[in-house]
Amino acid sequence: MSGVPFVVIDHDRGVVGDDTRQALAFARACFPELPIAAVVIGGEQPEPIAGADSTFHIRHAALDDYAPEAWGDALHELAVAQSPSAIVATGTERGNEVLAHVAAIADQPFAANVIEAAPGDPPGTPWRIRRLRWGGSLLEDARLDATLPILSCALHVFPNVLPNAAPDRDREARPGAAVVEFVPNLGPDAGRTRIVDRVQVAEGITLTTAPVVVSGGRGVGSEEGFAAIEALAELLGAAVGCSRVVTNQGWRPHADQVGQTGKRVAPDLYIACGISGAIQHWVGMQAAKNVLAINTDPDAPMVTKADYAVIGDLHEIVPAIVDEIRRRRG
Amino acid sequence: MSGLRILVCVKRVPAPGAQITLTPDARAVDARNLAFTTSPHEECAVEAALQLVEAHGGDITVLTVGPPEAEEQLRFSVSVGVQHAVLVSNDEMAAGDDPDPQATARTIADTVRTLEAEGDPFDVLLFGNESADSGGFQVGVRVARMLGIPIVNGIKGIDLADGVLTARREGDAGFEVYRMALPAAVGVKEGINLPRYPTLPGRLRSKKAEVRSIASTTEPGGLTMVRFATPTVELSETVLLGAGASAAAAVVDLLGELGLA
Repeated sequence: MSGVPFVVIDHDRGVVGDDTRQALAFARACFPELPIAAVVIGGEQPEPIAGADSTFHIRHAALDDYAPEAWGDALHELAVAQSPSAIVATGTERGNEVLAHVAAIADQPFAANVIEAAPGDPPGTPWRIRRLRWGGSLLEDARLDATLPILSCALHVFPNVLPNAAPDRDREARPGAAVVEFVPNLGPDAGRTRIVDRVQVAEGITLTTAPVVVSGGRGVGSEEGFAAIEALAELLGAAVGCSRVVTNQGWRPHADQVGQTGKRVAPDLYIACGISGAIQHWVGMQAAKNVLAINTDPDAPMVTKADYAVIGDLHEIVPAIVDEIRRRRG
Repeated sequence: MSGLRILVCVKRVPAPGAQITLTPDARAVDARNLAFTTSPHEECAVEAALQLVEAHGGDITVLTVGPPEAEEQLRFSVSVGVQHAVLVSNDEMAAGDDPDPQATARTIADTVRTLEAEGDPFDVLLFGNESADSGGFQVGVRVARMLGIPIVNGIKGIDLADGVLTARREGDAGFEVYRMALPAAVGVKEGINLPRYPTLPGRLRSKKAEVRSIASTTEPGGLTMVRFATPTVELSETVLLGAGASAAAAVVDLLGELGLA
């Protein structure tokens, strides 16, 4: 496989997720000398994807909304037609799922949550990769021996900012160039797993997009204990998060859980109230730009790893912060 | 329908929160002082199977591909109500090698074919969304593709009616709904339920239960572990803003500096 590497663009009905740009940066890091092709599966014809040198649009009625099997089939058909030197995506739920389908169809290995990758040199020889295990608490150096290398990059490792396009080459594709349409055949089974309905439960600020997350752990002590955390979150336009022990106790819904088996967040500020900071929680919020720990234990891992800390009882400190904000706002 | 036949695939992993140390050659996790458990997503998959059988009748087989010690996790599944347990292993796994995802998937698909040749086909196959340790995000998808059945990952809700499985997947602001005719496979995520604890009779039953053992002969796939490494933790200097409620002013000052309040 020697063609242009593919970056799969994660989108929901045409709305491109910010995280998907991390895969463009990842592809650029893997292939500094090659042009990069963005692949948009389904939906209406997209604008050319900024940061990529060319854009493929796979168009088919079965791809109108997200459909994991059909997306995998369609991407595989395009790969057969184009022989990309690799297929990469950001390790979002959809990114990993679509790549797993392509890998299964092609019977090729798939390395998920990669943080470093060196393509085989010369092409066709095994890649050397480093990937996350245990949600990031252990690293694995591995060899990827594939005719079609398939990799997802770990979330929040590569930047969301758009990388510069590769230096000009004797090629036509440039940002702003026409989107190349591809119509797959797709078998009769392709449409059997697809979104048939949506249930909206949250309005406005969500955990994965909020600029601030106020999160509670074991130290909150009860369902009622989250009232002060919710009050602070409301004042800051923040989302409320929690640790695994909190959902296991039934104090908060699992949708609020941050960590290895919950959500990965990357807010400007993460306020950790009564969270000890076990590695399984830390990996869910380590991409936060700033961390403020509020904890009774000055030696808790969350406190020692945080940028800022207040030592003491969150049940006194959080209401005091709420009062202080209200006082200053008059 | 006379009752469901459900297969749940589980993996033995070190207990979450355990301090992971490596063997001197960095090719394996040092297991000597570790407690092991069922990978969290799969523990919830077992519970989801139990709830489906409580509602619709049927029986459950739990399957693991791993070292002989994974019998402990199979017996735990039996102790909460699973009927049948199958362990697929070989010498490499016994020595501590984790098979790669392609090999694991082929082994599971082969074993499913063996079990189905002996009895009825499975109606529902449940997997964890990803294993807690290796986190490959692919074994369930590969198995479903090999067997030609539909699969959706990331599922936090399952309902079954009239041979159609409705699965809910959490999005950023709500749930996506998928429907699949049986037989179907699902990659389950933690949060779909709270797994039950074993009862005393369940524990006694699990001690006597037969665990069927099958030898794996699958060739390795294309992703080969070379060595493990421990990430370097970036130790940031923690700025102490104060102690107790009197630190509130310093916190609000900080919020202002960060442009957040």
